[in-house]
Amino acid sequence: MSGVIETRALTRYFGNRKAVDGLTMTVPRGSVFAFLGRNGSGKTTTIRMLLGLTEPTRGSSRVLGYDSQALPPDARARIGYMSESHTLYNWLTVRQCGEYQSRFYPRWNDRIFQAVVGHFRLHPSAKAGQLSRGERAGLSLAITLAPEPELLILDDPALGLDPVARRSLLESMIYVTRGADRTIFFSSHLLEDVERVADYLAILDRSVLRACCPIETFRSHVKQFLLRYGGNATPPAQLPSLPGLLHVRRSRAELRLTIAGANEQTQRLLRTLGADAVEETPVGFNDALVGYLGDRGEQGFFLEDTTALEMAGNKS
Amino acid sequence: MALTISILTGSNVSIYQQIVDQVCAAIVAGKVAPDEPLPSVRALAEELLINPNTVGRAYGELVREGILESRPGRGMFMSKRRQIYTRAERTRRIDQAVTSLVSQAFMLGFSAEEIVEEVAKKTTELAASADKSPNGGGLS
Repeated sequence: MSGVIETRALTRYFGNRKAVDGLTMTVPRGSVFAFLGRNGSGKTTTIRMLLGLTEPTRGSSRVLGYDSQALPPDARARIGYMSESHTLYNWLTVRQCGEYQSRFYPRWNDRIFQAVVGHFRLHPSAKAGQLSRGERAGLSLAITLAPEPELLILDDPALGLDPVARRSLLESMIYVTRGADRTIFFSSHLLEDVERVADYLAILDRSVLRACCPIETFRSHVKQFLLRYGGNATPPAQLPSLPGLLHVRRSRAELRLTIAGANEQTQRLLRTLGADAVEETPVGFNDALVGYLGDRGEQGFFLEDTTALEMAGNKS
Repeated sequence: MALTISILTGSNVSIYQQIVDQVCAAIVAGKVAPDEPLPSVRALAEELLINPNTVGRAYGELVREGILESRPGRGMFMSKRRQIYTRAERTRRIDQAVTSLVSQAFMLGFSAEEIVEEVAKKTTELAASADKSPNGGGLS
């Protein structure tokens, strides 16, 4: 089955700088898909290309079956997009913002608008220009959700929200999944929220896609190994080439390795490092992800949708 | 006597596994009545603020393991027949669990005697609570 969003070798340069490099991914219908990566890794540029707001230098993307660069208005009306900056008409009141937006959508559900506005405790007669960052996010979200879009694209929706507003955002996202076949594609830095609501993830690192798979696949393929050295033995100064090595933490008598896609061969290699004991230790979602995005993360590794792992070339 | 599940994010255990573990623990401890349905996928997801697919997959796993059964139109119940594994599979699973328990206990600095003592204490405790439970038995 084809995805709600499909990109093929999507690439964008700004001058000499690569913002997005050969991104190929599929967002399955009905998924809550987290789009992760550090600041400046190309997430916003990708989102803008999906919506046809930025042109790709190379490659293409399709959203709801249409080329992003030629989205017809009725397809656009089925997409709810919330940008990082929450563009609102500052001179309108909360109520007027809703009324104004509702005219563009045949399927505007005012009950949803009111519910989200209520959730964020916005006063209907408050001017949009006088709202706090969190309140603006709430109003933006109400406007985005009210047309009951089939596909929600949220660019860092939790940015600047206080804990209560964050909870409202999560509740709203879970509420949206009540509609069968609704898809949410969102970027975020709040890994706890991602762990709660997302079932798929993609990781963008320095403009390159590093993983695109169900969260469970990601978790089960990133493992941590603890190598302990007793007596006078110490960890080797130089490690052999370990496929999928993401992160190394050393101390005098210990070596802690975070490895993606470890298999029998990895285990054999680890046993040649002279440690007294090699133990597999559980790794949390946060650690796994930080392992991916940390400076020592290996570039030549890609985690795919299927359980099969693909090595993108040998480590250079 | 009710099933209460609480989720911890940032843990080494995935949310999916936390649900599976806690439902199992609640059944073993007799906290789930045989004729009382478990919360629906949707209700539990909204209560815990997690993706409904995660709850659905956890329930699915529990059904496959023979711990829960789905009664069409009525919901999810604890299974009457709760032993579906072959002898070999049961042996494999207990071996895995014991290995992990013992190595953790050693790492924490407990002696062999202390570990055996702790296991015996917990076994007595769980057996007692299972006897008092309305379904009168644990998982086996």
